[in-house]
Amino acid sequence: MAHPLRGVAAVTGLGMTPMGRIFGKSETELAADAVRLAIADAGLQKFQVDGLLVNAGISNGIGLGLQNYLGLKDLRLLNHMNGAGSTAAQMVQYATMAIAAGMATHVVCVFADAPLKAGTSAGAAYGGAAGSQVRPRGIGGLYPAAGYFGTNTPYALAARRHMALYGTTQDQLGVIAVGQRAWAAKSPLAQMRDPITLADYHASRWIIEPLHLLDCCLVSNGAVAIIVSPAAIARDMPNPPVYVWGMGQGHPGDSRRAGTTWETETGGAIAAKTAFSMAGVGPADVTACELYDCYTYTVLVTLEDYGFCEKGEGGPFVEDGRLGPGGSLPTNTGGGELSGYYMWGMTPLSEAIIQGRGAGGQRQVKNDVILCTGNGGSLSYHAALVLSPHRSES
Amino acid sequence: MTQDIVAKPIPEADDQSRPFFEAAMRGNLLLMKCGSCGIFRLPARRHCDECLSDEFSWETAAGTGAVRTFGIMHQRYHPGFVADIPYNVTIVELDEGPQLPTNIVGLANDEIRVGMRVRVEWELHGDVALPKFRPV
Repeated sequence: MAHPLRGVAAVTGLGMTPMGRIFGKSETELAADAVRLAIADAGLQKFQVDGLLVNAGISNGIGLGLQNYLGLKDLRLLNHMNGAGSTAAQMVQYATMAIAAGMATHVVCVFADAPLKAGTSAGAAYGGAAGSQVRPRGIGGLYPAAGYFGTNTPYALAARRHMALYGTTQDQLGVIAVGQRAWAAKSPLAQMRDPITLADYHASRWIIEPLHLLDCCLVSNGAVAIIVSPAAIARDMPNPPVYVWGMGQGHPGDSRRAGTTWETETGGAIAAKTAFSMAGVGPADVTACELYDCYTYTVLVTLEDYGFCEKGEGGPFVEDGRLGPGGSLPTNTGGGELSGYYMWGMTPLSEAIIQGRGAGGQRQVKNDVILCTGNGGSLSYHAALVLSPHRSES
Repeated sequence: MTQDIVAKPIPEADDQSRPFFEAAMRGNLLLMKCGSCGIFRLPARRHCDECLSDEFSWETAAGTGAVRTFGIMHQRYHPGFVADIPYNVTIVELDEGPQLPTNIVGLANDEIRVGMRVRVEWELHGDVALPKFRPV
């Protein structure tokens, strides 16, 4: 018997601002632009929106006050959510459950971020207070005392451990970066569209070994909003609905003690079971992947955790280029966060919607079953959606 | 010890970690041991994350462990580390279980390996001794 929530809701609206080194608008203003675009895209009037879920990025510029900036009245659902990079997929999950429960009809989910300031680097935007001369307090101070800074460090440590345990190579990480850039070259939305080779990858500077610059995602200013609506009315809305077939989360935690496996086994392994089970599909049925890719390694370990290959076999699995254009498992078809744009979980989600609608243009792939994942923290938080342009198989 | 040109971020003790940092000045690596389930943990927290007991004792660790994982940092974050780039950032898993962030000393970066056996030694920064690890 099909899961009772399978196919009850669909994404019916998508609004995206320009993304990248976009200056002159606050996070609230970017969010308002994206919401206006999403409402128009869904063919709705603003008063029909009765749910608002808000996710601020690293610059933490939007919150519950966005409701009043948008002039949304009589909301039936409102929250400021934070599951880091897993939030976008989570917002769709909570919107779907609220719709299924009859609590709301058209739920806007919006992300906005503006960490880039004119004249500063992307690294500075995510380096935090790393240059601080204030003494860190307590045992946590051992991290900066060891020169452990930023988000790049834990991901480099995770990738290194995978390499040591399973023999994963630098070339295998590089193939992911090269493939995603090839996808980005086909996307007018992507920030980085010049093709790269494996040699370019190896020549890009080290950030923290084993991560080159081209292993790391972009940093972008911008906003993305989507609208989730009941499946029963979605088909009468202007754009092809993208139905929610499956949903799952996984948050394995890290004891920072012997026995932890956070580096090489993510919450994706847990989320996969729930999401695939609800959707009634397995990895062999997936026709396209839109995977959270803060780093190349995140893609590799996610593919393993969803059972596309055995644990530890991610390197050989990606090595033949199957993720890139023309490959057997099209993945991050807009260039992802590495080469497209970095809107946290809205990056894979927005591309999944575009593909689900069949609006991918030169980069359109077979879209019957799309896996969309979100990952946040240091491989800490994970959420998944299985999406499809079909309400059911029949 | 050489004088840093720009000071590195040197931790100062809080109430939870004061015994750790005081013992460090005597060359001892102290851990908290849960009074209920016996799990060892770094002194960052009052409650055991296995059983949530807040009873504990201080125990001296053997000071030995293995490299869990490591990276070689090339990015400039803190000015106090600029002269050290590229430097290793290493997680050592102590034989008692807890993992701590540190640096491997006495070995070229390209000779560090996951699983390598290491022993603690103490690097003095004024009134604070930091745990570093050297291959055994």
